[in-house]
Amino acid sequence: MSAQRTVQAGLPPRPLRALAPPRHRPRTLRPGDVAEVAGAVAASGALVWFVYARLLPFSVHVVGIGLSWYALFLLTYALVAWDGHGRVVATDRIMGVVIATAALAAFTPIVAVIGYVVIKGAKVIRPGFFTDNLSVTGPLSAATEGGAVHSIIGTLEQLAIATMISVPLGVLTAIYLSEVKGRLTKPTRLVTDAMTALPSIVAGLFIYSLLILQFHWGFSGFAGSLALAVLMLPTVTIAAEQVLRVVPGGLREASLALGAPHWRTVLSVVLPTARAGLSTAVILGMARVVGETAPMLLTAFGTTTTNTNPFSGIQDDLPLFVFTQIRSSQNTQVQRAWAGALVLLTLVLILFMLARLIGGSRPGKKRRRPSRTPAHSRRVPRAGAGPTTPAPGPTPPDTGPTTKAGPS
Amino acid sequence: MNNTDPASTRPLPPGPPLPPEQPGTAHTATGQPGPAAPGGGTLTATQVSAWFGSNKVLEGVDLDMDAGQVTALIGPSGCGKSTFLRILNRMHELVPTASLAGSVLLDGEDIYGRTLRVTQVRRHIGMVFQKPNPFPAMSIADNVAAGLKLTGTKAANRSELIEESLRRAGLWNEVKGRLRDAAGGLSGGQQQRLCIARSLTVRPDVLLMDEPCSALDPTSTRRIEETIDELRGQVTIVIVTHNMQQAQRVSQRCAFFLAAENEPGRIVESGPTTTIFESPKDSRTSDYVHGRFG
Repeated sequence: MSAQRTVQAGLPPRPLRALAPPRHRPRTLRPGDVAEVAGAVAASGALVWFVYARLLPFSVHVVGIGLSWYALFLLTYALVAWDGHGRVVATDRIMGVVIATAALAAFTPIVAVIGYVVIKGAKVIRPGFFTDNLSVTGPLSAATEGGAVHSIIGTLEQLAIATMISVPLGVLTAIYLSEVKGRLTKPTRLVTDAMTALPSIVAGLFIYSLLILQFHWGFSGFAGSLALAVLMLPTVTIAAEQVLRVVPGGLREASLALGAPHWRTVLSVVLPTARAGLSTAVILGMARVVGETAPMLLTAFGTTTTNTNPFSGIQDDLPLFVFTQIRSSQNTQVQRAWAGALVLLTLVLILFMLARLIGGSRPGKKRRRPSRTPAHSRRVPRAGAGPTTPAPGPTPPDTGPTTKAGPS
Repeated sequence: MNNTDPASTRPLPPGPPLPPEQPGTAHTATGQPGPAAPGGGTLTATQVSAWFGSNKVLEGVDLDMDAGQVTALIGPSGCGKSTFLRILNRMHELVPTASLAGSVLLDGEDIYGRTLRVTQVRRHIGMVFQKPNPFPAMSIADNVAAGLKLTGTKAANRSELIEESLRRAGLWNEVKGRLRDAAGGLSGGQQQRLCIARSLTVRPDVLLMDEPCSALDPTSTRRIEETIDELRGQVTIVIVTHNMQQAQRVSQRCAFFLAAENEPGRIVESGPTTTIFESPKDSRTSDYVHGRFG
């Protein structure tokens, strides 16, 4: 209004209609709605306080108070909404509140777990945690002494080997299930589905009884990797198959219509299209096994010294580190376990981001990101010479693909 | 039909040459190819029938698709046009329950015979689909050259081939500055022309188009029609369309498919487009092209 007045004062004859209407952002949330929620919270809170603090002769646990407060709030809010807006709006509001509460309830434990680990672990974590092992750290050493480098090395090596074994197998199985399809599709899918429910200790027992007892391999990180690979395989397979299935059939047809053989179509069209999803499948598999303790006890066994060779001798890893430390008698050792858990958590996070980075980049931007800007700036001068330029190679932007065509 | 020149080795002119003016009336209604077909291959379908499981969808289709000409397949939905088109480059057999009878000859050679592999057939007879389907994981340039990679063909002059195909598809000027961008960033009409360019890179003798403009706006449609017109004389084109005006504009010959209720589709009438549209012999053809049913 004030803006209109000042303009009118400057230019009196201009009619009001000529003024541009004021800009605003449409909002669905009105102040009145917020006030209703706040009022309901306050009213139910006051009622709960009155009942428990002034009326009841006994005290109630704080959880009980909270729950009754929530129930009363729902009731109050429903009545307020019903009275003000009718039944349909009231139902909508109550459903919205309940769903938001449910989302919060699901979110809270995750945040709590992560926060708890970070707070407890950060207390004792020092740079030495990433360079030392526990070989000279006794039970009475301070929590900041010693480290988990032997466990970090073990986890990385075991996870890498398990991934290298199970990802090719899993993706190939997924290709068989989704692209090739044969008489074995149904049994394979059935067995894979059943294997996802395989208890991890059974995988450890399998490797233990077959390789360590039967073939006298001895405990090693590699034996642990094999147990992890057994656990990873069904997860990777199922996730990869789901991803391959959502690749549009039109792309397969387009490739086949160009005269491509089936295997080429899968290799050059289906797999690249599903790349982002496949990297998620790999991550899911890794996440499935990175925290496994039970099978590792039976295969890698665990140690306090650094063993960089996964193929020989006992090896530690982070879950084993956490497991052995947290069961120890001294408080310092328990604290060290939290630091190990924090490192494990961070490792998973890094792996997750890495996979997103690899799988998520789009074709137009991939690899030569720096060269994009020059290619764009070249567009302007070329526009004039464009159509008349004869065939000799469409200028620098194309030299990349040309050189790429040679080896492929 | 007697043109047995091995199609794979036939070089195509690098630029788009002027399409020779060949009125549809140069051919007789029996479908004998005219003299001196400039480019493309001749497709001859004889007594083609098709089934999905036990359901017969096409019966006794005879059709000649002359070299370098545009043949339009028209008819209401569900009359077997698309099935027939997919039979022409052996895409029909991708459906597990599909079967067929009859023969299809490309320049006198049976595409279902023992001498030709299915991948060879599809290389010679390309296809453009109803929905634009560029490969999303590839850049524009890689999409155009996908046929080379997918068929394992080595090409020393890859970038020239890309430019030539894009020019022939009428897309070069619009994308020449962003060949490395993702193909998904193009508009629908551009994507469809990219798909045409992609089909052209492997130098097919025949290009099959299954309602290539049905998902596009009028401007893009006109652009694709211009592209088809420029390709005439270089490549044999068979196009399925529901748009009568489009069939009239782009095609020299026309075949009208029709399926009676619970019966397989058949060709009611085929011949030069002008005849089909102006003086059809069959009353059903006349009714259909004048929009009285279908």
